[in-house]
Amino acid sequence: MDEIVQEFLVESHENLDQLDRDLVALEREPGSRDLLGSIFRTIHTIKGTSGFLAFGKLESVTHVGENLLARLRDGKMSMTPRTTDVLLAMVDTVRDLLSAIEQQGNEGDADVSAVVEQITALLEGNEPALEVVPAAVVDAAAVEPVEAVTVEPVVPEPVAEVPAPVAVPVVEAVPDATTPVAEHPEEPTTRRSVADSSIRVDVDLLDTLMQLVGELVLTRNQIVRQAGDQRDVELSRSAQRLNLIASELQEGVMKTRMQPIDNLWAKLPRVVRDLGAHCGKQVTLSMVGKETELDRSLLEAVKDPLTHLVRNAVDHGLETPEVRAAAGKPAEGVLTLRAYHEGGQVVVEVSDDGAGIDADRIAAKALDRGLRTAGQLAQMTPTDVLQLIFLPGFSTAAAVTNVSGRGVGMDVVKTNIEGIGGTIEVESVVGRGTTCRLRIPLTLAIVPALTVECAGDRYAIPQLSLLELVALDADRAAHAVEDVNGASVYRLRGSLLPLVRLTDVLGVESDRSDGHVLIAVLQAEGKRFGLVIDRVLSTEEIVVKPLGSQLKAIGTYSGATILGDGRVALILDVQALARRVLNMDALDQEDDAGEDSRAAGGENLRLLVAGLGEGRKVAIPLSSVTRLENFDRSALERVGNREVVQYRGGILPVVRLNNYYGVMSDRDGEELVVVIYTVGDRSVALVVDEIVDIVDEVTEFHDEVTDHGVLGSTLVRDRIVEVLDVRAAIMSADPTFYTDHEMPELLEAM
Amino acid sequence: MSARLVTFTLDGRLYGVDVNAVQEVLRGQPQTRIPLAPDTVSGLINLRGQVMSAVELRARLGLPDRQVDQEPMLVVVRVAGETIALLVDTIGAVMDVDDDQFELPPDTLAGPAREFLFGAYKLDNQLLLALDVDRAAAA
Repeated sequence: MDEIVQEFLVESHENLDQLDRDLVALEREPGSRDLLGSIFRTIHTIKGTSGFLAFGKLESVTHVGENLLARLRDGKMSMTPRTTDVLLAMVDTVRDLLSAIEQQGNEGDADVSAVVEQITALLEGNEPALEVVPAAVVDAAAVEPVEAVTVEPVVPEPVAEVPAPVAVPVVEAVPDATTPVAEHPEEPTTRRSVADSSIRVDVDLLDTLMQLVGELVLTRNQIVRQAGDQRDVELSRSAQRLNLIASELQEGVMKTRMQPIDNLWAKLPRVVRDLGAHCGKQVTLSMVGKETELDRSLLEAVKDPLTHLVRNAVDHGLETPEVRAAAGKPAEGVLTLRAYHEGGQVVVEVSDDGAGIDADRIAAKALDRGLRTAGQLAQMTPTDVLQLIFLPGFSTAAAVTNVSGRGVGMDVVKTNIEGIGGTIEVESVVGRGTTCRLRIPLTLAIVPALTVECAGDRYAIPQLSLLELVALDADRAAHAVEDVNGASVYRLRGSLLPLVRLTDVLGVESDRSDGHVLIAVLQAEGKRFGLVIDRVLSTEEIVVKPLGSQLKAIGTYSGATILGDGRVALILDVQALARRVLNMDALDQEDDAGEDSRAAGGENLRLLVAGLGEGRKVAIPLSSVTRLENFDRSALERVGNREVVQYRGGILPVVRLNNYYGVMSDRDGEELVVVIYTVGDRSVALVVDEIVDIVDEVTEFHDEVTDHGVLGSTLVRDRIVEVLDVRAAIMSADPTFYTDHEMPELLEAM
Repeated sequence: MSARLVTFTLDGRLYGVDVNAVQEVLRGQPQTRIPLAPDTVSGLINLRGQVMSAVELRARLGLPDRQVDQEPMLVVVRVAGETIALLVDTIGAVMDVDDDQFELPPDTLAGPAREFLFGAYKLDNQLLLALDVDRAAAA
């Protein structure tokens, strides 16, 4: 049955109940204008909708009923027992017609003319002596299979005050009427009526329920924790059961807030049609997975980004029919919306079969706008390059159109999606089309999170942005956390992970003094970084509570939650945190493209840039740098004419790079900055003035600028840096260093 | 015209807020501090499952800090759709005051307090300072 008819039935059933109450009340106080007005409105509503839905009989009955009620209401007629009878008869008829519609999908073959006549007679002032047998008329007809009869709608006389769509033909009802009614004789008793199987619930009530469930989840967490502490089998069994029930209840209540994404999509065909017409493009919109459900609040939040993506696809993605024809594609472009559940998330895709996005063009633009350097771009995969369209300040539209080029770019879409804990990515094949994929959490209200401690306070980190946890005991932490000129880094599986201390971000004092380091590896804005915290407490489902306006403005917290012990904990906004503390350029690239490409072709190198004094900087291939150390000047010893240093039970030759290059060191402290450089199982200590930077890229060497001990030069952040000829430098200190080991990697790389 | 105010004290002075804005009054609750938050927001409070900010009225009005051993009381108010707890020293009675007792703040009143006070009701033995709760509780 049509959704609209369903809704009409539900609404009408409710109205009829009201009507019955009103009519009974009316008998007691016959003159009440209020009651008459209420009855009139109810009948009027049913009449209007039934006319619209082409239920001719219903309309004709309610129409005359409405006329009668209008007269009564306006005092032109007064209530008599006879009037009440007739009105009740009318209501019964309406009710019967409605149940016929519900069961058969049409009005059946009931005869309504008797009721209509009675009312008309009343209206005209002559009261027929006919006894009213209201319900029986319809009942008999509805149950007995009767041969198809052509329904002659009683066309209501046009009334000026009611602009009901009278002209809607009732012809559709005719073929339906031929359906043998006998086919479902039991149905009326077995099937729950529409009105009984669904109820309308106030959204506020649902929100309150959700909140209560949230409380329950918290209490559960509390009890489960306490039960875990005690060795009471019974208690832990009950706790487990509670755990299960609470989870199910939570799921159930969450479901009540779910709405199909179709509620959102329903508006899009119009948007696409209008926009297509405006841009001179022919577009077919296909929607897959309309019934995919999403939390109400999220649905609302996704609305604008999704509309933007759809507009974008029509405006920029799809080509005009001429261009499409020239490319051998059908003139009509296809825009596909697809929604499905995947791994606790809802995925929404917006795909077009248009021209696609050329990664090279994006790269050129990013370079042009200064968003990325050539080196960075060269290191990125085409897929990564495409994601650059989400950067602020990026717009691919060659010309600003009034359709999507209104200053609201893809970066806003991304920000909005990330604001609700979602992600967005784009993929495209030139000439074949583009797909934007949104991943949205099912609900915002309850999220899994890691609770951590920092300076005695507890904070929650949403699991969504958490990649892994790294715990270092004091011994390991002492040398595993390294320093790039003041910026802490940790070598996570070979690549440097920038570290951010939560205490520094929040401006509080850590209460951890035992030297242990706990790192939560987080991902935000497509980058990784490590958040150093004091302690990891647990993972639990937390209920997100909104923060007051003055706290939202801080931009570090996305909300608050109540922990198992009733205390409040702040939820860290990882995205905002990343933006706040990290110089986005310097961030660790999420993918390991650097290593991969080096393995494949050796085009890219990560370089450690070191200062030597007199403003001279050299770059050292990072792949062979194992550690950065600070040595006391007195740690250096002389063996013959060479300097050495004891290091982890071995003796390392020392190369003072400033001497090697013949520049004066600017450093005069007692500490030496040393780069431990390792090839095979042998290492050398390179003494530099300072560590300046680690850069992720080297694409081309300019060999023209060669000098003693320099392999070439490269552009690092628009400055020329010499690349150290490590081999030559080391040979100068220890001629035997390479006797057993070549430097395959460096040689290849060069 | 008269007004009904919930009264409380801060640093020995008597203040009042419109009774309609007050949801409830209660004893101090454990607070969660909020690093980076403005000084006037002293923390977050869990009131029967609802998380609300606690606004330190002393800081708001430029008064000296409360003594450490003095437990604050909370006046929970609803302002612009948000529920906020105001930290005060002690809670007084609910008082009915008359408009003819009212006078605007003196011209010599400066500082943050001026912004947050409607004026004063002249009681027999002291002044009751009427707090503009919308402003005082807002950011």
